[in-house]
Amino acid sequence: MNAELVSELEAPLQRTTARTRIMSAIGPATALAGVIWALVQPYRITLLHPRGQGFWWLVVEAPLLVVAVGLFFHFVVVPGLLEDLEVEHATRE
Amino acid sequence: MQPASEHVHWLFATGFLLLGLCLLGEAVVGTEVWRRRAWRAYLWPGLAFALGVLLWPVMTFYTNSAIHMLAHGAWAQVLMLAGAVELALVRGKLTSRWWRLGMTAGFVVSGGAFLVHEQNAWLFQRSAFLHHLLGWTLLVGAIFPLARCLRPRSQAVATGFALTFVIISVMLYCDRDVAPVFGHMSPLAGSPHR
Repeated sequence: MNAELVSELEAPLQRTTARTRIMSAIGPATALAGVIWALVQPYRITLLHPRGQGFWWLVVEAPLLVVAVGLFFHFVVVPGLLEDLEVEHATRE
Repeated sequence: MQPASEHVHWLFATGFLLLGLCLLGEAVVGTEVWRRRAWRAYLWPGLAFALGVLLWPVMTFYTNSAIHMLAHGAWAQVLMLAGAVELALVRGKLTSRWWRLGMTAGFVVSGGAFLVHEQNAWLFQRSAFLHHLLGWTLLVGAIFPLARCLRPRSQAVATGFALTFVIISVMLYCDRDVAPVFGHMSPLAGSPHR
């Protein structure tokens, strides 16, 4: 058995795994950033103290929008992308 | 019922953040994998085009000054142009990679418009500071869409292009009508909002 051949075989798999991990981390990392922002600046979440707030102050909650983008990306975009990454990897093999 | 300008900035920040994440996803997995599903291939160019369309109501309703209207109108046009060019490239209606200069033009015009329409040189005041920062970020960041024309398969260029949108979204989220930048604010800027 040639060790070089084994490393050549493993290289694409490792790259795919790294890409899979990065893709799986982007959405949660974004959502986490939104949560941390909300904790650091809780006064930005007007839903916590809605009395006297106008319509737009209640609708546009910036930290929650960041969380929403992260969740949308993770649950809508990423699943299909991971499937396609696996298909691409299988095709290469 | 008209939203305050910071709300508009935050809504656009959300759009740009999603755009940046999609571009980052494409940079990570590669264009071939990203375009395996048609809806995904059209996602970020369509989003860029939609953001351009949504800038028209901003131009129409936020008429603080003529220069604001001109700047928002210019953004709307160049963002729609950039989005439309990318849509046509995905669709195959356009094939030359040089069409991607449309996005470069979008960056340059947007950066210039940011700098021109912020007439206050108040760098101690949040929105003025951020408009200057956004303008220069876009002008410097234009190197990435330009590099995409020269090296369309470069992962580093694609990542830089994506992160530029993420950084722009962070700056837009930071935008508030009247607020200090680094803890200090001159009384000239008015009373601070939260």
